[in-house]
Amino acid sequence: MPKMTIDGIEIEVPAGITVLQACEMAGKEIPRFCYHERLSVAGNCRMCLVEQEKAPKPIASCAMPVAEGMVIKTDSPVVKKARQGVMEFLLINHPLDCPICDQGGECDLQDQAMAYGYHSSRYREEKRAVPDKEFGPIVKTIMTRCIQCTRCIRFATEVAGVEILGATGRGEHMEVTTYVEKTINSELSGNLVDICPVGALTSKPYAFIARPWELRKTQSIDVMDAVGSAIRIDSRGREVLRILPRVNDDVNEEWLADKSRYAVDGLRRQRLDRPYLRVDGKLTPATWPAALEAIANRVTGLPGNRMAAIAGDFADAESMFALKGLMTELGSPNLDCRQDGAALDPNARASWLFNSTIAGIEKGDAILIVGSNPRWEAPVLNARIRKRYLKGGLKIGVIGPKLDLTYPYQHLGQTADVLGQVASGAHAFADVLKNAKSPMLILGQGALRGPEGAAMLGTARKLADTCNLVREDWNGFSVLQTAAARVGGMEIGFVPQPNGRNVAGILEGTAKGEIDFVYLLGADEIDMTRLGKAFVVYQGHHGDAGAHRADVVLPGVAYTEKSGIYMNTEGRAQIAEPAIEPLGEAKEDWAILRALSEKLGHTLPYDTLEQLRRALFKAAPNLQQLGAIVPAKWETFGRTGAVTARAFHLPIANYYMTDPISRASETMARCTDAFVAPMTGTGTHG
Amino acid sequence: MSGGDNKDVLQPANFAFTPENRAEADRIIAKYPTDRQASAVLPLLYLAQRQVGWVPRAAMDHVAEILDMAPIRVYEVATFYTMFHLEPVGKYHLQVCRTTPCWLRGADQMTETCKKKLGIGLKEVTKDGLFSLIEVECLGACANAPVVQINDDFYEDLDPKRLEWILDELAAGRVPPFGSQSGRKGAEPAGGPTTLKEIARPTGAPAE
Ligand code: SF4
Ligand code: FES
Ligand code: FES
Repeated sequence: MPKMTIDGIEIEVPAGITVLQACEMAGKEIPRFCYHERLSVAGNCRMCLVEQEKAPKPIASCAMPVAEGMVIKTDSPVVKKARQGVMEFLLINHPLDCPICDQGGECDLQDQAMAYGYHSSRYREEKRAVPDKEFGPIVKTIMTRCIQCTRCIRFATEVAGVEILGATGRGEHMEVTTYVEKTINSELSGNLVDICPVGALTSKPYAFIARPWELRKTQSIDVMDAVGSAIRIDSRGREVLRILPRVNDDVNEEWLADKSRYAVDGLRRQRLDRPYLRVDGKLTPATWPAALEAIANRVTGLPGNRMAAIAGDFADAESMFALKGLMTELGSPNLDCRQDGAALDPNARASWLFNSTIAGIEKGDAILIVGSNPRWEAPVLNARIRKRYLKGGLKIGVIGPKLDLTYPYQHLGQTADVLGQVASGAHAFADVLKNAKSPMLILGQGALRGPEGAAMLGTARKLADTCNLVREDWNGFSVLQTAAARVGGMEIGFVPQPNGRNVAGILEGTAKGEIDFVYLLGADEIDMTRLGKAFVVYQGHHGDAGAHRADVVLPGVAYTEKSGIYMNTEGRAQIAEPAIEPLGEAKEDWAILRALSEKLGHTLPYDTLEQLRRALFKAAPNLQQLGAIVPAKWETFGRTGAVTARAFHLPIANYYMTDPISRASETMARCTDAFVAPMTGTGTHG
Repeated sequence: MSGGDNKDVLQPANFAFTPENRAEADRIIAKYPTDRQASAVLPLLYLAQRQVGWVPRAAMDHVAEILDMAPIRVYEVATFYTMFHLEPVGKYHLQVCRTTPCWLRGADQMTETCKKKLGIGLKEVTKDGLFSLIEVECLGACANAPVVQINDDFYEDLDPKRLEWILDELAAGRVPPFGSQSGRKGAEPAGGPTTLKEIARPTGAPAE
């Protein structure tokens, strides 16, 4: 551990870090443009200059490794003058368009110009102008503002894994570009907007919408996938204007997937803001009492086994807990939170968790991905796999469709039976796993859906044994969920109770007329045509498939409007917080169920969210450990039996449209047209 | 020229090295360690330019494929080095040196002469595709200023008349001898050697 002196402070720092990092440890702020702690070091902007004793000239602290006995000055006149010089050069070609620039108020260049800029420019020559680029529906470019820090190039190349950005030309003619016209085909492209220190790359959907100081910032949790990324919701009045990532090194580092950011415009469209009743076949606005009355009329006298409830992918743990409580009161065992019918074993927590943890991916040295497209199902988690791959020494195998995952892999086969071959040791990849120190299996929902799901789970469980996935201090058996609600639902046991039906059974029941009443808690992904003649209640926030089929619509709230607990795919419980008020007459979901229970004469035993949570934590203690993961016990699960050579049906057909919010989003529609349609030949315009 | 490729240039759809050039490419690649084959990007681009006369985008893509690089990494290199022509050049590519020594010795007149004689401006190609003209910085032959590089050869000690004659000869399909056009040997003083005369001439060489 080298000892060094920074501005007179003696400090011992870890070997191998840079002078810039050491200065930060000493509490000294170093201005920078090109340096970014999660990207490789470029050292090209020179803003981070500091004075080093005995060095003939100022040094770029971001690119200089620490050494024993270094004496650094960060606030000497030399440093100040050097940085002023750098700033003056940077501003030579930077336009003075802050008043019309979306970065204004959160621009590194603006901020640092305040500290190191001259009051006026000495530059009399013509400024250069750079043509803007077309990067697609998300990233807007005003390239004249670019200060050529190359952060975007490094992000695209290193983190996003789409190597299409570069710097062409030289000197005054250097430009950041794709050279041949190309959109940034990455599910992480929104992060370019964040890492660009100036207003060269800004958010297209957010263009000219607001200034940062007008926004109210709410710390929350993302629910657009099962990763549980930390987010900040920026709102003004009753509108969510944008969503940005927060740092959580265990989960999303500081990245956020595009759907999580840009589906927000979907929160303003097709919203359910009042109850509806189906009258003469048409949904007509109704009052709350009338809606609850209609439900009570249908439910009263109905035996419990003729009722069912399905929880959707955005449901918070509290409302699922309340709905489970109500259904139990009503005597119905027919509950399920697995809309897709995935064969997660309710009795074995390890069968539905990403047991290795997301950060654990960085320890893995062999990964087998089965029935999953992590790039679409969890873009941020996929970036973690790529990060691990870039460190070297990682062997990756894939069973399932051959897709561009942003890292190379060995394609073991398309069909499910290959997993059996690896599990039995017949396939060579079994040895790769066995010989690895920390082997992982990433099991996607694509493998667990369908009639053979349980057998697939069993085969995967067997593979865990034969390939030694679970060792002391390591559990490489990792199920990748796609729905934010799923793990929470499993945790509180929103699954068929004794003699109860699962989703497939419920739909069979409704089709056959054995079930007369179905409660959909934001469930939109089931086949509505199979609900038959059943009386359907839809509680949710969007007028999507469920609401269109419903007989009664109860307006709930979206994740940006309520406080709710979500457990991510790792089993990490986190709380989402409301940024804005519910719309119109909509109410928080747990409260709707509480009101309904009273109407039905089975009043749930809690009057406030706090009381509900107390009961919830008692029933499912793991949900109480906010921010933490309670490791799952390793037990047996899944059905034994051979799996046939069937092809996987991956859960996501179009990353940009997977749920009621993103389907309502215009930005997501544009992304579909730009990125997915060219691939599949289908788009929103047919 | 650099930020994106010039839309006015007709880009050939395909490019492949001739068998000889492909063999040469393989020979070049073999010089580098196996996972460092990207180091061959400069010589391979140069080879492509030799083959086509300029570097079409298809050639950059081809080089990227051979070297297992992202195409953008090749575009970066090709646009960085001014000696790669990203647009077609004439059969005779004239590069007039305009840096101070040449400029003092009449570089401006050289450019003017070419422009007038050929009827083209800078960065343009004559209609018959025979000549193209650009100005460049120091070619490293300042002692023989002014200098014009024509394809691979330097024509030195030029004056407008001589340059016109050279252009005429080229147009007529004859390539005049390169080097000093004033008759002196290399960069020796204009009037012949003034010192070390004995050593300068090998024994047996005719005296002045
Ligand atoms: S566009 Fe932004 S991030 Fe990219 S090089 Fe320019 S200033 Fe840096
Ligand atoms: S931050 Fe160090 S050179 Fe840019
Ligand atoms: S200045 Fe013309 S060759 Fe050097």
